[in-house]
Amino acid sequence: MSDIRVTLAALVLAVLAAWFLRGRRARRALPAPGPRRVLFPFVGQALSKHALEAALRLARAEGATLVPVYLAQVPRHLPLDTPLPRQSDRALTLLEAVEQRAHQCGVAVDARIERGRDSRHALREMLQHEHYDRIVLSAATNGGDGFTPDQTAWLLSNAPGEIVVLRPGD
Amino acid sequence: MDAGPRRGRLKVFLGMAAGVGKTYRMLQEGQAEAEAGRDVAIGYLEPHDREETSAQARGLETVPRRRVDYQGTALEEMDLPAVLARAPELCLIDELAHTNAPRVEHAKRHQDVAAVLAAGIDVFSTVNVQHLESLNDQIAEATGTRVRETIPDDVLAGADELVLIDLTPEALIERLRAGKIYPRDRVETALRSFFRIEHLASLREVALRQVAEEVGARRVLQAPSLSRHRDRERLLTHSVPQAIGERLLALVTPRPSSQRVVRRAWRSAQRLGAELDLLWVQDHDPTAEEADQLDALRRLAVVLGAHLLVEHGDDLVAVVRRVARERATTYLLIGTPAHRNLLRRARGPSLPSRLLTALPGVDVRIVADRTRRESDELEERR
Repeated sequence: MSDIRVTLAALVLAVLAAWFLRGRRARRALPAPGPRRVLFPFVGQALSKHALEAALRLARAEGATLVPVYLAQVPRHLPLDTPLPRQSDRALTLLEAVEQRAHQCGVAVDARIERGRDSRHALREMLQHEHYDRIVLSAATNGGDGFTPDQTAWLLSNAPGEIVVLRPGD
Repeated sequence: MDAGPRRGRLKVFLGMAAGVGKTYRMLQEGQAEAEAGRDVAIGYLEPHDREETSAQARGLETVPRRRVDYQGTALEEMDLPAVLARAPELCLIDELAHTNAPRVEHAKRHQDVAAVLAAGIDVFSTVNVQHLESLNDQIAEATGTRVRETIPDDVLAGADELVLIDLTPEALIERLRAGKIYPRDRVETALRSFFRIEHLASLREVALRQVAEEVGARRVLQAPSLSRHRDRERLLTHSVPQAIGERLLALVTPRPSSQRVVRRAWRSAQRLGAELDLLWVQDHDPTAEEADQLDALRRLAVVLGAHLLVEHGDDLVAVVRRVARERATTYLLIGTPAHRNLLRRARGPSLPSRLLTALPGVDVRIVADRTRRESDELEERR
């Protein structure tokens, strides 16, 4: 009888241990969102891989949450709150790519789409809506996607906090 | 009690763009009705100097237009009092979305048509899909051209018959190049602006979908007592709705992880041409962080054209069941449920099981957390 009790107790202990280890492994595997937030706004059709990697390195080093922000432009003849299916499609594709890469790096992600009449307007909306510790943005080079010198200068003079401007590689 | 004259029947010829042949087909059917012995008159015709269209109108009586002076310009409008006085059995009234000149009976032509129908006169009319109020923004974004003259969707929904005049974009462009739509000196400009093949393809898709939805709605409303618009509204708002097309409901929480569910749900909705509702069942006051996330979800919903619903309740399944019935949901999407330990398993069936039981006839889809799978794989490799 006592053998059965011992066997049962061992079984229960084994199940509990497996349960505990599994939970611990899941907790370790999923990056917990950090208290710090790094905003990573971007515009256009594509995303600079170098800029993304740099933003991820910074976020990872600080245990921060990366907040990729797609800046959508609402044509002037449309109301500002009109749905934007084409830009949404593009934005979601890019945000998904960012999220997948971030998870491979162990960085938590909290994605956004901000809208405005132009990129600067969308940046202003982003600043109004988001709490952040740092902004990482990619400057446009060779006519590619990214922020123009005017937009970068505007952000530097209007956004409080630290701003990192990256020059993406070729 | 005198019930007054029976309401006339409205038949609308819907097209994706100018030149597909709506007016031509309306006249053709009007001629057929006249040959069958009905009293047919043209209330208003806009032939746009198209010879084929003008030829099709020959032999049909036309109620003369009236001239309206506006700021020194003489405008020509349909003469509503004359149409009502003439009282044909069937009146052909072109361009349903037209805006009338000031100081006539109504601001919009569809209001004139309503008056003609109320007098017991049947009406054939025409409209392009981009004039529908609810589609105006969507089409403006797709084509870059916004039309100012719109009609409420109710006008089309209230039509007794809807006929789609379909033409492939290639065939329409061929008609345009042949000078059958605009004078030749306007053709090149039209080809460079509105009549681009990708615009026309989008418009055609929207027109086909619109008619499919209307036909679906009519199928549901076949019962005679439900054939009028007021009854239709009652059916859609108060009784158990039947599925008209697809409608997706995604369960969200004010957490970043919900974005994955929203993304998948939106993509599915786009593929199905369906409406998307996002639902958070609120069982507690949101924290400051949750309030921020809720704001972000709300902004995302607006960009995507989805509807964010926040419903209070402690029983998630009961709230979802109620909302799904009210919104005529056909698909439910939920995130990957949290891992259930032995204790939780002993308490009862899982959330997906309970939802499947509570929502017969609704597909339930669990959105996989691919990042978790990848993380597990990485963990295994270590």
